Amino acid sequence: MKGMTIIVKTVSSWVKVFIFLFGINIVLFGHLTPGGGFAGGVILAASYVLLMLAFGRQFVEENLPLGLASKLDCLGAFMFALMAILGIVFGGSFFLNFLFQKYLPGQALHLVSAGTIPLSNIAIGLKVGVSLFMVILMLSISCKGRE
Amino acid sequence: MTIFYILLVFMVIAAIIAVETKDLLGSVICVGAIGVGSSILFLFLRAPDIAITQIVVEVLSLIILIRATISRDLTFITGEREFFWTVVSIVIIFVIFLGGMKVLDTLPDFGTPIFTEVEGSPSQIYIENGLKDTGAANVVAAVILDYRGYDTLGEVTVLFTSILGATVILRAKSRKLVEEPDA
Repeated sequence: MKGMTIIVKTVSSWVKVFIFLFGINIVLFGHLTPGGGFAGGVILAASYVLLMLAFGRQFVEENLPLGLASKLDCLGAFMFALMAILGIVFGGSFFLNFLFQKYLPGQALHLVSAGTIPLSNIAIGLKVGVSLFMVILMLSISCKGRE
Repeated sequence: MTIFYILLVFMVIAAIIAVETKDLLGSVICVGAIGVGSSILFLFLRAPDIAITQIVVEVLSLIILIRATISRDLTFITGEREFFWTVVSIVIIFVIFLGGMKVLDTLPDFGTPIFTEVEGSPSQIYIENGLKDTGAANVVAAVILDYRGYDTLGEVTVLFTSILGATVILRAKSRKLVEEPDA
C-alpha cells in the first residue's frame, strides 16, 4: 500500500497536527470540559489512522514502531494501576484521590485541580490511543499477509 | 420532543436499510448514519461526553469496517431468504415489542432523570457533592475516575487483554518453536 494521491497527502499533513492537538486538549481538560481519557485517546488514534490511510502503512511503522507502541500501551495501563495503588500507600484505600484530599487541593475550575483525576485521564488516553492504533495496524498487516 | 422522534425514525429506517441491502458498502454507510443519529440524540439529551465518545468511536469503527469490506472481492450478498424463518423472526420481534411496551409503561417519561423521582439516589449525591469531594468540575470525570474507579479499572483491563489477544493472533509471522538439540 503506497498511499493516496498528492492532494490527500498534502491536506492530511496539514490536518494531522490539529487532530492530534485536539486529542491532547480533550485528554488534558477531561476533568473540566466534556471528553476525557477515552474520547481523547480515540482522537489521538484517529490522527495516526489518517496518516496510515494517506501515506501508507510503511510510513506510520517508521514513525511509531510496533514495539514502541506495545511498550506505550503497557505504560498507560501501568500508570493507571499505579494511581490506584498509590491511593493505598498514601491514604490507606484503593483508588483514593490522595492528591486532592491531602497534598494538592488546587483551585476548582482550574487546570491543576481534582488531584489524581487528570493523571488518570492521561494514562487512559495513552492506553486507549495506542491500543486502538495497534488494532488498525494489526488488521492492516493481516490483510496484507492474506493477499 | 419532536426532534427525538424525527431522529429515532431516521435511525430505524437506516437500520432496516443496513440489514436489508445487498451492497456491503451501503450497509456500512447506513451503520454510520445510525451512529451519527445517536450522537446527535445524545447531544440534545445534554450528554456531551457520551456524544463525543459516540461520534469518535463510530468514525474509527467505520474506518475498520470499510477496510474490511473493501479489501474483499465479495461486496455483494446474493441468495434468497427462506420464507419460514422470516416469519419466525417477525413473530419473535413482535413478541419482544409487546413486552417492551408493557415495560415502558412503568418507566418515567422519556428525558426525565430517575434521580428526580427517587429520594437519596446515588446520582443525586454525586451531582450535589461531586465538586466538593473530588474537585473535578466535570461530574462525569468525577464519577468514572473517583467514585466508580473500579469500573474504569475493569474497562482498562478488558481493553488491555483484548489488545493482547489481537496482537498474538494477528501476527504476520509466527514465532518458530525452539528446536530440540537431539532431534
